[in-house]
Amino acid sequence: MSRAEEPLLAADRRPEGAFATLRRGLRMMPEFRSGLPVTFLLALVATAGRVVVPVAVQQTLDRGLAGPGGPDLPLVRELVLGSALVVVLTGVAVHRMNVRLFRTTETALAGLRVRAFRHVHDLSVLHQQGQRRGSLVSRVTSDVDQLSVFMQWGGVLGLVSLGQLVVATVVMAVYSWQLTLLVLVCFLPLGVAVRFFARRLAHAYGIVRERVGDVLAAVGESVVGAPTVRAYGIRARTAARIDRAIDRHYRASVDAQKVTAGVYVSGELVAAIANAAVVVVGVLLGVGGQISAGTLVAFLFLVTLFVAPVQTASEVLNEAQNAIAGFRRVLDVLDTEPDVRDPAAGRSLPPGPLDVRFEHVGFSYVPGGRKALDDVDLTVPARTRVAIVGETGSGKTTFAKLVTRLMDPTEGRVLLGGVPLAEVAFASLRERVVMVPQDGFLFDASVADNVRYGRPGLTDDQVVAAFAELGLEAWVEGLPAGVATPVGQRGESLSAGERQLVAVARAYVADPDLLVLDEATSAVDPATEMRLASALDTLTDGRTTLTIAHRLSTAERADEVLVVDAGRVVQRGPHAALVDAPGPYARLHASWRRSSGRQPEPDPVG
Amino acid sequence: MPRRSDAVVRRGLRHVGRAIAEQPGIFALALLGSSLYGGMTVASAYVIGGVTDRVILPAFDEGATTAAALTLAAVVILAVAVLKIVGILGRRLFAGIMSFRLQADYRRRVTGQYLRLPLSWHQRHPTGQLLSNANSDVESAWFFVSPLPFACGAVVMIGMTVVALLLTDPLLAVVGFVVFPLVFVLNAVYSRAMSPRMARAQQLRAEVSEIAHESFDAALVVKTLGREADETARFAARATELRDGLVAVGRLRGLFDPLMEALPSLGTLAVLLVGAERVVAGTTAAGELVSIAYLFTLLALPIRAIGWVLADLPRALAGFDRVTPVLEATGRTAHGPDPAPGGQRGAALGLRDVGFGYDGAARSILQGVTFEVAAGRTLAVVGPTGAGKSTLAGLLVRLVDPRTGEVLLDGVDLRRLREGEVSSEVAFVAQSTFLFDDTVRDNVTLGAPYDDEQVHAALRIAAAEDFVARLPAGLDTRVGERGASLSGGQRQRLALARAVVRRPRLLVLDDATSAVDPAVEARILDALRAADRPVTVVVVAYRQATIALADEVVWLADGRLVDRGSHAELLARVPGYAQLVRAYQPPEPDAPDRQPAEARA
Repeated sequence: MSRAEEPLLAADRRPEGAFATLRRGLRMMPEFRSGLPVTFLLALVATAGRVVVPVAVQQTLDRGLAGPGGPDLPLVRELVLGSALVVVLTGVAVHRMNVRLFRTTETALAGLRVRAFRHVHDLSVLHQQGQRRGSLVSRVTSDVDQLSVFMQWGGVLGLVSLGQLVVATVVMAVYSWQLTLLVLVCFLPLGVAVRFFARRLAHAYGIVRERVGDVLAAVGESVVGAPTVRAYGIRARTAARIDRAIDRHYRASVDAQKVTAGVYVSGELVAAIANAAVVVVGVLLGVGGQISAGTLVAFLFLVTLFVAPVQTASEVLNEAQNAIAGFRRVLDVLDTEPDVRDPAAGRSLPPGPLDVRFEHVGFSYVPGGRKALDDVDLTVPARTRVAIVGETGSGKTTFAKLVTRLMDPTEGRVLLGGVPLAEVAFASLRERVVMVPQDGFLFDASVADNVRYGRPGLTDDQVVAAFAELGLEAWVEGLPAGVATPVGQRGESLSAGERQLVAVARAYVADPDLLVLDEATSAVDPATEMRLASALDTLTDGRTTLTIAHRLSTAERADEVLVVDAGRVVQRGPHAALVDAPGPYARLHASWRRSSGRQPEPDPVG
Repeated sequence: MPRRSDAVVRRGLRHVGRAIAEQPGIFALALLGSSLYGGMTVASAYVIGGVTDRVILPAFDEGATTAAALTLAAVVILAVAVLKIVGILGRRLFAGIMSFRLQADYRRRVTGQYLRLPLSWHQRHPTGQLLSNANSDVESAWFFVSPLPFACGAVVMIGMTVVALLLTDPLLAVVGFVVFPLVFVLNAVYSRAMSPRMARAQQLRAEVSEIAHESFDAALVVKTLGREADETARFAARATELRDGLVAVGRLRGLFDPLMEALPSLGTLAVLLVGAERVVAGTTAAGELVSIAYLFTLLALPIRAIGWVLADLPRALAGFDRVTPVLEATGRTAHGPDPAPGGQRGAALGLRDVGFGYDGAARSILQGVTFEVAAGRTLAVVGPTGAGKSTLAGLLVRLVDPRTGEVLLDGVDLRRLREGEVSSEVAFVAQSTFLFDDTVRDNVTLGAPYDDEQVHAALRIAAAEDFVARLPAGLDTRVGERGASLSGGQRQRLALARAVVRRPRLLVLDDATSAVDPAVEARILDALRAADRPVTVVVVAYRQATIALADEVVWLADGRLVDRGSHAELLARVPGYAQLVRAYQPPEPDAPDRQPAEARA
């Protein structure tokens, strides 16, 4: 995920400035805009408290101690108490502003997070590029988290700093416009350098992020590949790889720290120059009678107020860039058009078993690339059981994905029950057409809960009955707590074959009119598989079944076999007609017979 | 970790001590930088005061000034600033180095543990958790170190300020004695209140992330069953809880921040109030008052740094608490003192009364399994789904240790062998193959010194040579994360080549040839068993072609070894076995396949 690779989403390609991202974000987060003016108003009030102290110092010096009538202590007391009141009021304003800001941003971000999550489920990259799923997860988790952390820290800081900068400048100008101009001139080069600094920081932290990705990848290998590492005794080698990644990350972090420190002290240097300049010019102005001593001293205080936001900005700069980059990644999710969308006024599929029609269907995963399916034109009548066979990579799974509309064909169209798939409402489609993929993912819940996922509201007894109908009651009884047995994360407490049994049961209770099985029982032992298959056969009477077959026993029992090779249907017909005709099916079947031991067994060696 | 919240501050300070104890040298340098910065900050206040008294006020009184006085003022201001900058650079660089060193160090320790701890430990811990332990938890544990020297420098500064106050005017010092302890008290109260809220937010973040991971991994199921809306509702519920948690954090922080900001301001005002009276009374000069007031203004930022460290401590403790169990986890695979007996022939394998169950699980996966495989023989392990076959395979290569009984290699209990001995004798190919994000060559050799000829020979045996030759860079092609650029069958063949190239004395294949043509499978086994040193093979299989390659078969059901014998014997004796291996025979309506008699036909 760290290396330079193809952007994950089409929207990722676009270069975009920070402000454009913010505008796009505001458009997409309506919750954020509500009440923003009041928050800004409070931010402005908040900065007032910061100016009051230097003003109090000036007033105390000029009017309280060096006033025309000698020291005036009651005045000093009034001044100080008044200022204290302002400080307290400011504190209350800051508190109100913080709470408002946190509430609106968190609400807006939660909304954004949920919308992005929903949208990701509509994107086909999710199931087509399984290995890059992690990057999609981070868009609804760490990217949003980073934004939220930034808003709680940098957002408030940035807002108050901005206000402080404005207020400090205004008050400085009231005291002495000449000195104000001087300070601004001193800071001018820094303003110009900001772009350069931002680029350097972005570069340095870009490398850090890449190295973090490398560390995660190296650690991930040692964790996911733990059995391999142990079985092959390559602990030292694996440790060396991880340590190398950690080292490189360390060095990149230190390099980035150098840049950050450099940026920070440049602000400090400019501030010192401004201070010295203010003293020199201020004294000269004072000698000329243009300002008072108190004004000059107050001005020196005000300069620190002016400097602080500049330094804060240099602190926030990098975090802000990171947060905006994360923001952009989240927004890109929402801006990516789903390849397959629910039609606006979708039609329902006609009731009863469905026939499947492919009209000159072609599909390629990459535009203009090799065709996974090429000019497939056929009809599967309703109520038939069809097996699709072929070598790995021949296009069998593409077939299944087009029928279930996980993807739309690049050429031609697919019709179910005479209705073009693109016009069928998702609600109707998903209710009537169910696919069991090879890796039937299980949720971290009980066996029964996982089956219920296919039909919410089933009781445990109904789930048990479903397993019994599938001929799996013995397996269920063997589980420590029956259907209440927890399956663990990703179903890992069960074996690969057992997970497939649950996945088939889940599809079975969904009671679809078109059932698509994509090597759904490849890890189940042959005896159980055959029991399951014959149970499905009797139970699926009256529905259409498409089975992508790993083991040709399925093809033998099917009403019709489709043989796919290099994206084309090269043979079709019942098993009996194909098996003796010369052609790919006969070859596939011969190989299958050998492996399933239906031919004379080779002499055991030794 | 449910601990009493009033212990947080104490534990937090201990954690700070731990950080310093681990990197004392770097911390000293960072503290030096920070102290220089602190000293120069205090100095700059006195410079402003001095400039006020000696340059500004005289100039304004007399209506004239000298170039020398102005130059001096400017030079002093700049000199102090330059020293301050040196201090800042030292503080920030060394603080960064200290924090990054601690992180790198703990990452090494944590990942070292991952590699040391036995597989049974891994099986109890989800992958996502282990990744975040090594990454974000370590980062949280030491993140506070970055502002730590600043905060310690701030303590130094506060000390200097108090001394300066005492020297200037004991009455003014009282202000300091009120304000500064208040800073610490407020921080302590804040830490205590924040700690549980922070922990909850962090927990909710993890839960939101878990749902996203699970739901996206389940994409196909969610989509094909049309359950996107329910998934979104499940995610939204947790996301809303997280939002509430974060708002609760925000509320507290939103209260604390302005308080911390107001304190130095109020302190400055108090200094003015008290100071003005003292100036009038003649005990304090106006310039001194300016210095003290300026100092209070300058202290605002360093005081915040103390707050940053203290505020981050609950998070640091939470992170450290998650890392600690990994570092303290025991139960690493203990290795014995013995070398493997070795030899040129295959290894003899024996299991004696082996039982296995996961820790804490009532369900035992294997019970009382006893069998022997003579050197150079091939054994097939057959059994229904969920019988415990994969667990058995794992026991043979010591991925896990048996709960009872023993696994013997050439008569020696695997647990008595030195580290590295088992893997040098035994090769294992798992049901799901694992490839490293590395080249084809490195995935086969795994860093061992095999030359290209040996690699090619192994690839040839595993029927992988042709497809590797077609890859863009041949042996040097990177296969991508988890071998993503290859198909399942290709990955499996590389994993087989990895085992073959080692010429092991015992080869364990856990349903590892399911995507490989039977002819290829036979060729692999032939190549290994022929030649000068016939390898011993244990193969977990369903396919009859694979079973047919074995000299002997054991039938495993419900974690027990039910029967063993030749394929023909088992067909005759064990109904379940016949049913399983003959499942694909065309059904004969008048002869239900439950009848064992049929097997003899």
